[in-house]
Amino acid sequence: MLGFLQRPVVVTADINLNVVALTAVGLLSRLWQLAYPRAVVFDEVYYGQYISFYMKRIFFFDGSGPPFGHMLLALGGYLGGFDGNFLWNRIGAEYSTNVPVWSLRLLPALAGALSVPMAYQIVWELGFSHCAAVGAALLILIENALITQSRLMLLESALIFFNLLAVLSYLKFSNSQKHGPFSPSWWFWLVLTGVACACAVGIKYVGVFTYLLVLGVAAVHAWHLIGDQTLSNVRVLCHLLARAVALLVIPVLVYLLFFYVHLLLLCRSGPHDQIMSSAFQASLEGGLARITQGQPLEVAYGSQVTLKNAFGQPVPCWLHSHQSTYPVIYENGRGSSHQQQVTCYPFKDVNNWWIVKDPGRHQLVVNNPPRPVRHGDIVQLVHGMTTRLLNTHDVAAPLSPHSQEVSCYIDYNVSMPAQNLWRLDIVNRESDTDVWKTILSEVRFVHVNTSAILKLSGAPLPDWGFRQLEVVGEQLSRGYHGSTVWSVEEHRYGRSQEQKERELELHSPTQTDVSRNLSFMARFSELQWRLLTVRSDDSEHKYSSTPLDWVMLDTSIAYWLHPRTSAQIHLLGNIVIWASASLATLVYALLFIWYLFRRRRRVCDLPEDCWLRWALAGALCAGGWAVNYVPFFMMEKTLFLYHYLPALTFQILLLPVVLEHISDHLCRSQLQRSLFGALVVAWFASACHVSNTLRPLTYGDRSLSPSELKALRWKDSWDILIRKY
Amino acid sequence: MPPAVGGGLAGSELRPRRGRCGSQAARAVGPDVATEATARSPKRPAPSSRRFEAPGRWALLALVTLMSFATRFHRLDQPPHICWDETHFGKMGSYYINRTFFFDVHPPLGKMLIGLAGHLSGYDGTFLFQKPGDEYEHHSYLGMRGFCAFLGALLIPFAYLTVLELSQSLPAALLTAALLTFDTGCLTLSQYILLDPILMFFIMAAMLSMVKYNSCANRPFSAPWWLWLSLTGVNLAGALGVKFVGLFIILQVGWNTVSDLWHLFGDLSLSMITHMSGIRQIMPHMPSTLHWLGLQVTVGKHLTARILCLIVLPLALYTATYAVHFMVLNKSGPGDGFFSSAFQARLSGNNLHNASIPEHLAYGSVITVKSARMAVGYLHSHRHLYPEGIGARQQQVTTYLHKDYNNLWIIKKHNTNSDPLDPSLPVEFVRHGDVIRLEHKETSRNLHSHYHEAPLTRKHYQVTGYGINGTGDSNDFWRIEVVNRKFGNRIKVLRSRIRLIHLVTGCVLGSSGKVLPKWGWEQLEVTCTPYLKETLNSIWNVEDHINPKLPNISLDVLQPSFPEIMLEAHMVMIRGNNGLKPKGNEFTSKPWHWPINYQGLRFSGINDTDFRVYLLGNPVVWWLNLLSIALYLLSGSIFAVALQRGARLPAEVEGLSQVLLQGGGQLLLGWMMHYFPFFLMGRILYFHHYFPAMLFSSMLTGLLWDILLRLCAWSLASFSLAGHVHTLGILSLLLGIAYSFYLFHPLAYGMVGPLAQDPRSPMAGLRWLESWDF
Repeated sequence: MLGFLQRPVVVTADINLNVVALTAVGLLSRLWQLAYPRAVVFDEVYYGQYISFYMKRIFFFDGSGPPFGHMLLALGGYLGGFDGNFLWNRIGAEYSTNVPVWSLRLLPALAGALSVPMAYQIVWELGFSHCAAVGAALLILIENALITQSRLMLLESALIFFNLLAVLSYLKFSNSQKHGPFSPSWWFWLVLTGVACACAVGIKYVGVFTYLLVLGVAAVHAWHLIGDQTLSNVRVLCHLLARAVALLVIPVLVYLLFFYVHLLLLCRSGPHDQIMSSAFQASLEGGLARITQGQPLEVAYGSQVTLKNAFGQPVPCWLHSHQSTYPVIYENGRGSSHQQQVTCYPFKDVNNWWIVKDPGRHQLVVNNPPRPVRHGDIVQLVHGMTTRLLNTHDVAAPLSPHSQEVSCYIDYNVSMPAQNLWRLDIVNRESDTDVWKTILSEVRFVHVNTSAILKLSGAPLPDWGFRQLEVVGEQLSRGYHGSTVWSVEEHRYGRSQEQKERELELHSPTQTDVSRNLSFMARFSELQWRLLTVRSDDSEHKYSSTPLDWVMLDTSIAYWLHPRTSAQIHLLGNIVIWASASLATLVYALLFIWYLFRRRRRVCDLPEDCWLRWALAGALCAGGWAVNYVPFFMMEKTLFLYHYLPALTFQILLLPVVLEHISDHLCRSQLQRSLFGALVVAWFASACHVSNTLRPLTYGDRSLSPSELKALRWKDSWDILIRKY
Repeated sequence: MPPAVGGGLAGSELRPRRGRCGSQAARAVGPDVATEATARSPKRPAPSSRRFEAPGRWALLALVTLMSFATRFHRLDQPPHICWDETHFGKMGSYYINRTFFFDVHPPLGKMLIGLAGHLSGYDGTFLFQKPGDEYEHHSYLGMRGFCAFLGALLIPFAYLTVLELSQSLPAALLTAALLTFDTGCLTLSQYILLDPILMFFIMAAMLSMVKYNSCANRPFSAPWWLWLSLTGVNLAGALGVKFVGLFIILQVGWNTVSDLWHLFGDLSLSMITHMSGIRQIMPHMPSTLHWLGLQVTVGKHLTARILCLIVLPLALYTATYAVHFMVLNKSGPGDGFFSSAFQARLSGNNLHNASIPEHLAYGSVITVKSARMAVGYLHSHRHLYPEGIGARQQQVTTYLHKDYNNLWIIKKHNTNSDPLDPSLPVEFVRHGDVIRLEHKETSRNLHSHYHEAPLTRKHYQVTGYGINGTGDSNDFWRIEVVNRKFGNRIKVLRSRIRLIHLVTGCVLGSSGKVLPKWGWEQLEVTCTPYLKETLNSIWNVEDHINPKLPNISLDVLQPSFPEIMLEAHMVMIRGNNGLKPKGNEFTSKPWHWPINYQGLRFSGINDTDFRVYLLGNPVVWWLNLLSIALYLLSGSIFAVALQRGARLPAEVEGLSQVLLQGGGQLLLGWMMHYFPFFLMGRILYFHHYFPAMLFSSMLTGLLWDILLRLCAWSLASFSLAGHVHTLGILSLLLGIAYSFYLFHPLAYGMVGPLAQDPRSPMAGLRWLESWDF
């Protein structure tokens, strides 16, 4: 216990100067003149808005990914004391003085800088030489596209950082498996793998592919572990459990944590509230909560309500009716019932109010005590302003002739009786006697006579319907669909006996006294579901490209142009590195197949441990490239060159691995080896030269003349901006 | 029940028989295990059981087939009206009989077979197949339904034989047969004029022949080996020729073949020398060091045989179906507009067939303009405006696949509005580089473009119809250019590939190929693209040409070659398939609905007075299948982990685990292959897409329960009744399934009377899920 009294306390520091030096140059390359340009560059305009929302704690919705990346950027703003006051409206706008540009860009730049020493560590942990490891780090260091992308408020560099961290910590973990399982460092690296994976997924969904890759490698290793008969069954079970907890449970928890913090931070209502359900909106400060606070919870006979459609496609809207009737004859010659129109209207309006009526009684006020409406009850819905009853009948709807028309019934004294009874069907009920609740209940109205269901068809009516959305009675009740589900948004107990008073009452704002809180899991699952399903309209972009353009760098993106000179930031990769990395992947694949076939015929060209190392390097680096690249072929969204950068990073890691393998195993004589070494040096020098040549476009610090710019346009498809004077 | 049924794995059944191909299971277990097993059950008199075995097996197979045919052909003529998609496939069968050209998103084989069956059974192709519910009256429809039912009935013996081959266990095979015979879904789907029974027939036949040829692996290049290998190829071609879903079974067979070859390749007793030609394809630079390896049989020969039977043969057959398709359909019909001008010239009755039209374009000609990109169609306009907020509120210009009078345009000089057809004026030809105006014939508006963004492709400019009676502005002027031509040349109808360049903005008229929303009647978007890259999108050709002042000249249009026709037909089909997207707020079926039998499809009838047929799986069968997949994954992983841990299992259990992992693995792969890809598909999906996967899942169920019950019996071996656990288990499963079929049979055979809510209905109390609407 008191050992330190007998022996001195000794700290042995084991500092790898390579790592220190690489970190230093990494920091230098990424942080140099970080606050320049003091203007909005490319997608900063997009992420900047979200930073501002975080600073002001206003709820927003960004369908492009989970919130961790945005939160990282916002952390930079928080550290720099940003107040969120900046209008992010166009690329190239000058930042005002209150924007701490340096600290906003700091975190992505740090992530980019640290990727350099991490590349070194990964190649080293894969079992290759220091020389190869330094080579990998230097290639990452001088890759222009990676530099550009990490010096701005963008997410890719953080994504790459966590991808690499996941791979690195898994390698450290699996290397410590041999000598010290269940040691503190073993646990540390195992848990870090899980956390890094969760962070990568939390930044962008594509991080999922790296996660799956790591899981796959871990599964193969675990399978070998199961086959290891020197371990006892209990020991194997412990190993498997530890991996399951660290690689499956912890990432889920960390991912949930991101959302927890996200929702904790964004507590005020904002511009994207409409996308979310009423219940979600009610949980935001100043949003629907302001309107709905203090509404009675249980809907009773005589309640005045507005009914919002749950589907919200094409726009969120409320059940609506107005004085106008359906035209007797439609444009295409079909007839209608000529009764009062019922539509869905995307704006708040006094005509959105409906009164829930008991069919057996005449009055439209709430009793004391109120009689709540339950699942399965038969109700009538009275339109507040016109006191007509919601009705449907066997008449074809105006735009969806297969469905029934929904109208407010006018008694024309023709042989068309009122059919205005609706059975209430609470979809998310817990028991069959559930009470209809404001905001929380999702209900369907089933027509008693025809068993049609009140549904938003989503088609906009022509001019006679004021371009509002069509509402129909759907006969075929094909299971659950959001467009048949409605929820009460605004609600109050009706007090006025007379129509005149009632109209006044309807015009007055609703009362308030309680706020309703959704549980975190309910809010999380709703937000996550919307993030995955809501698709913004894909607009084609001038600089968008297809995955095929990326491998050989057949495309580029102009990020920023100096307002007066032709200094500019342009996303361009180091073409030498891109081409040789692609070539290395090809060589690796061919060699791998060759060895595999030879091994199958029991011809072992490589010693066993060398082969395992070679296969693992391929699984992680070539595999990392493939999983980060191939899925883009199946994505339907607009794609840009920067989507390729995570894949490229893995490809670059493979490059020194392949070179070392060629030199060690394929060069037969010392002479060949020296020649190959010289070639590699020459190739690396050319990569450095290219990197240096493209530097003005990477940092945007120096204005080039039109002729110099033209000379840089090595490919026709590179859209370098050239000012015409 | 014959004595062999209860016998199962124990005893002589495990031993590969001489003179015939050994089973997979027997190979897996190996001869030593088999002899051990024989030694353990000395009570069973092996020779006598074998004597009973062969006739018993045949009798059982006959029984299974009989049951299957009886259920499939029972009440085949009911209802005597069109049900569901019969309206499409019956109609297409009629097209083959009438030899009129049509377009469909599926490859032609299935419909050709339907047409053939109709023709042979005396159907004359005169019934219109207009909409579901139409009575057949005097038309003979039973031949076509009978053909589909025949193929559908064969599924069950096929599944029976497949499971028998994989598991070498009659009870497993019998259970599978019962599951499928008594499934109302399979029954319903087999009874009508649909592609699905044909597709499933080919899929199951391919699976069966693959399994059979696997079991011949110990006698390669023997006659049965060749037979089953080539039959696999034939059936693959059939499956792909009916629907593109056939691709999944091709992938499965491909996977099986690759792993098979991999094993052969690793077998050092096989040489690689004698047939270098074959092996060169996988190892181009084989060093001479390998040459010493080997004895007699060659890997190369194996590879070549597989390439021949599984790639060349199916491709040839698949191509042949298209050759027949194009040969039979030689009359113009509703599908013409989907294809290029050159293609249409092949069809008699089409106005391009032996076309006699003016050869060179002149001012005043009335023309149709067709995009050179496949399956885009004609330049089209109609009296509807672009809606508010989408560019300028002017008349829409689109491309349209069907022939229509709104596709007609008049070609005019840009600066004069005089009628060029005035007989007093001389004929003036349009030349390469001329500036022209295109006036829409029906609405007299000019083809127009301006600096507004196009409706869908925001980087392009909008194209509209503008002006009144041909008077517009300078934005109506287009320069007409022929690709790869010098200035001043005349423009040839059909042959010249032209571009239209907008004079003011310098953009090129093109079609983006994107489908406009409802306001544009789901026609395709036309834009003016400022990017002058030469793509097929912006190239057009003139198809119809009417000019009374010019002599009609008989033109022989460039006949497209057969590969070109094939390619074009496939492009059109793929585009058609991608176009089948769910619209707006429609209810659609999701893949996760299917295995849980969430919702069926109405084949016929809605109200209580109608004759109602409802496609829904027998819930007992389907939920048993679902449970079995979970149980399989569980038991499979337990066995796999045990084996990996090196546990020494008793011989019987070892044999069962091999059957479970290998045979079951193949079936599970089949289920996954036929199910999971649907999650990635963007097109609209229906419940019946699940049925191929359901076949595999049922086979897995049969195999699994047999093994589980055997394991039960084995573990209870110390009790006296243990031997009967297996028999009783299988029997109760069979009876339970049969009883559930008795309950649910009205779904398939049709029901009249009140709906299920009503206690008087035959289905009262059976609506176990609220989503079933019968």
